[in-house]
Amino acid sequence: MAMAPEHNPAPIGLLAELTHRCPLRCPYCSNPLALDRRSGELDTAAWTRVLSEAAALGVLHVHLSGGEPTARADIEEITAHCAHEGLYTNLITSGIGPAHAKLDGLVRAGLDHVQVSVQAADAGEADAIAGLGGAHEQKLTFARRVVAIGLPLTINAVIHRGNIRHVDRIIGLAVSLGAKRLEIAHTQYYGWALVNRAALMPSREDVDRSIATVEVARARLEGRLVIDLVVPDYYALYPKACAGGWGRRLINVTPSGQVLPCHAAQTIPGLEFWNVTDRSLAEIWSASPAFQAFRGTDWMPDPCRSCDRRERDWGGCRCQAFALAGDAAATDPACSLSPHHAMIQGLAAAEADAEPPAYAYRTMSRPTVADPA
Amino acid sequence: MTQLSPATIPRLPHGVRLKFDQVRNVNVLLAPERAFELDPTAAEVLSCIDGRRSIGEIVDVLAVKFTAERAIIEADVIDMLAGLVGRRVLEVAPQAPATRLDLYGNGT
Repeated sequence: MAMAPEHNPAPIGLLAELTHRCPLRCPYCSNPLALDRRSGELDTAAWTRVLSEAAALGVLHVHLSGGEPTARADIEEITAHCAHEGLYTNLITSGIGPAHAKLDGLVRAGLDHVQVSVQAADAGEADAIAGLGGAHEQKLTFARRVVAIGLPLTINAVIHRGNIRHVDRIIGLAVSLGAKRLEIAHTQYYGWALVNRAALMPSREDVDRSIATVEVARARLEGRLVIDLVVPDYYALYPKACAGGWGRRLINVTPSGQVLPCHAAQTIPGLEFWNVTDRSLAEIWSASPAFQAFRGTDWMPDPCRSCDRRERDWGGCRCQAFALAGDAAATDPACSLSPHHAMIQGLAAAEADAEPPAYAYRTMSRPTVADPA
Repeated sequence: MTQLSPATIPRLPHGVRLKFDQVRNVNVLLAPERAFELDPTAAEVLSCIDGRRSIGEIVDVLAVKFTAERAIIEADVIDMLAGLVGRRVLEVAPQAPATRLDLYGNGT
């Protein structure tokens, strides 16, 4: 195994995007606009090799994701292989379609944890966001089975204009399902969400209210439900350390085997990504040009370079810097120290104030809507 | 917040497990989206947790093993485990039923 340089820590988590196939069409999907097709997906042998390499490299958690990961015929085999390697497995699922039939097999394979997405607390509202009738009921049935089996359940809800006033009801739903953890994740505007930003952007008043709702619920539910809050970038003071810092903690492997520092990294032009079919994961982690591009702090311009937060937020998100400032090496405009910060706050306020356009639902073909950035 | 006493029986919830991380040469407690690095003492305490032994029984084991004063160990262990309960990576088992019913009211 190639040794990583000393300043280069071992990765902790691997996001395995096993497939881009998904029965849902959520307009904020984190998958890229150009989705991988089934014919281009890695086979079972490739995935098991990658997962063994991940364990040897120091990865502790594997997030089995997609698309809908249970759409893969070999999901049980992949899960069992993770368990064999001592990797902690987290299934990130829509909870619909094949997920039901495969749950028992996944438990036998040694699955550690399940995360189910919900789109809203109300079925009609949720199904309209997911773009699939009956989806919400199936999700609830699935989530109840996960809890009945005894697996820990996390509910993930992406928050936006269409559901932000019902955060209290989403919290109530997570409690009633017996979830141990709830992610109230304000939309991150990359990929499909960026295309749909004007339809999804909430007002600052609604954002503030939703955060206050979470604070109150956290105190009330202490010891019963952990609520993790991902705050919205456009109204933030400081940016998020995207993926814990570029090339520091997380590896993302796409369905076709491209290895990325974060799931949106392919939106940055000019980065050279390596593929697991050509190289070992250890070599990619330590030497891939894409991973090296924004690792550490040497690449930073000011105001990041001289900022005492530079090793806390690592300059924020490179994909957002490119999408909004046109330069992936710029300070994330989510940061109040960025010269673009006022511009994006004004943009958010204007979009939140206008009538929302219809969703451009996720499809296998690229959306025809113009990129709002 | 749950109060822990020597009679409390701690257990790891489903989805939380102890692992020796060979790459970092350290024990870790793995939970959903989180990993806690454990110092050798914490790892020793957690490896004694089997869902049957009480905190008092675990302290007995550790007191022999480390020839340290029992009262100090007990306070440290309760303190550490309470922190893990607060982070929801440790549960308290329901109190075990009394093994003997005092039907005659005379302690036999």
